[in-house]
Amino acid sequence: MEKYRFLLSGSGGQGVITMAILLAEAAVLHEGLIAVQSQSYGPEARGGATRSDVIISDSEILFPKVLQPNYLVAMTNEAAGKYMPLIRPGGMCIYDTDLVQPSRRIDAMLMGMPMQKAVLEKFHKTQALNICVLGALVTLTGAVKMESVEQVLKARFKPAFHEANSAALALGAELAKPFLSAN
Amino acid sequence: MSGKICFVQGNEACVRGALYAGVRFFAGYPITPSTEIAEHLADQLPRVGGKFVQMEDELASMCAICGASLAGFKSMTATSGPGFSLKQEALGYAIMAEIPCVVVNVQRGGPSTGLPTECSQGDVMQARWGAHGDHSIIALTASSIQDAFEVTVQAFNLAETYRTPVVLLFDEVLGHMRERLEIPEAGVLPVVERLKTDVRAGVNYHPYLPREDGRLPMSDFGGVHRFNVTGLHHDIWGFPTSNDEQVVKLNYHLFDKIESHANELARWKEYYLEDAEHVLISYGSSARTARALVEDRRAKGDRLGLLELQTLWPFPAQLVQDKTANAKSIYVVEMNMGQVASQVKAVVANPDRVFLVNRMDGHLMTPSDISQVMRVVEGRGF
Repeated sequence: MEKYRFLLSGSGGQGVITMAILLAEAAVLHEGLIAVQSQSYGPEARGGATRSDVIISDSEILFPKVLQPNYLVAMTNEAAGKYMPLIRPGGMCIYDTDLVQPSRRIDAMLMGMPMQKAVLEKFHKTQALNICVLGALVTLTGAVKMESVEQVLKARFKPAFHEANSAALALGAELAKPFLSAN
Repeated sequence: MSGKICFVQGNEACVRGALYAGVRFFAGYPITPSTEIAEHLADQLPRVGGKFVQMEDELASMCAICGASLAGFKSMTATSGPGFSLKQEALGYAIMAEIPCVVVNVQRGGPSTGLPTECSQGDVMQARWGAHGDHSIIALTASSIQDAFEVTVQAFNLAETYRTPVVLLFDEVLGHMRERLEIPEAGVLPVVERLKTDVRAGVNYHPYLPREDGRLPMSDFGGVHRFNVTGLHHDIWGFPTSNDEQVVKLNYHLFDKIESHANELARWKEYYLEDAEHVLISYGSSARTARALVEDRRAKGDRLGLLELQTLWPFPAQLVQDKTANAKSIYVVEMNMGQVASQVKAVVANPDRVFLVNRMDGHLMTPSDISQVMRVVEGRGF
């Protein structure tokens, strides 16, 4: 069953596609699940709308794109405006409170967190923002285990980044916690 | 199969397949959505003693792989539609001079520079007829990461077996999509090595004199034998000729060596065809959409089936005839204006029962794109 249909969206350079790859790879390599990750972006190297779809399932995935996400991540207002109307009723929208002002008229659980601000405060740059978002996403959805993401991060990145990546992941999990207790 | 498991793009699966098949030379010029093929081979080839060259353009890249292949190395290049156009001249040369090589075209929207980051299957006919003059070509495609790996291995095998360029017609969705790949242990998939001549040094070697079985053993160019390679009609030495008999013989040879093996060259997958009233025919990423629809409609009791083509050229006419013999209607699902649909219409008994389902805005066809056309054909309205 295709339990998780993620649509991750933002602007080119925010690391949206990397985040999608990490999530799907964690599911396939460390949890024995089936996942497909695809992406669409414009011809620009930076800027422009970017989206990446991830489907995680326990059976074969045929159509590889997400038409109706049950989990949306929006990291720009443009992305939120474009993709929030696609959310499956009652689905979840994770967004950055400083970057996105979401429409309240969409039937979705709105989970806004000041992720960019928190990353800037901790690291003085926004490079690890996508890892922080991933931490929040995994905490809120339970799609994969946090340890699986940690393993993928260790395998994919140089040792010099391991500590910062772990910290960014934990930061996202921390920011997401209030929503867990609220449910 | 218990091989190494990884999570990779179609482009990287193609690279892994090429390495499995023994590629040792790549020349290319980067272009979206094929760039990752060059990127990964730039990293991998030096590790296996191979050579990677980024050339000044696509035509030069095609020429470079012709040279490397003649010198004895399994060679490939990769591009997208705009670059594939530029390669046609040297692709024709490789066909004429019978040089084994693999040319990957990860299709994007066209014509011209078109839609660089979006999907299309608009180069099917270009693969067949992009090079001028009567000739034949082998073109394969795939719809999953595992299949992309396997057809790449097969492409190298066929290039060596038939001494011809083989085109891999992938598309943007497949090239960029990631899913699980299981790389088989060495020896699990057959790998065809180059057939080398057993003519000794100092003894006359005829590069274009076929053996009894029609195959042409090769000698590494620049090695122990002297011979000529040309794009002109040539004799058994490779020297130019305009002798009527030799010209016609060569034309037939280039055509027949592939077309007379069309049935053996046909690769396909099929789903629910045994009792299908309506047969969908598709290939590449749109075959995934077609299969999603077929599975969905089968669950509701509708008798739909899917024939997924992996060999596009030579066109598997017999296969299409056999698999659609009992179909009430045939839907060809592709992301162009009917390049395979026209071939299907040409070979089936009732061409008026063949319908094209297409999409050309750069986005992957959705199952509802197909069901909308089917509703109209079945008289169920829009």
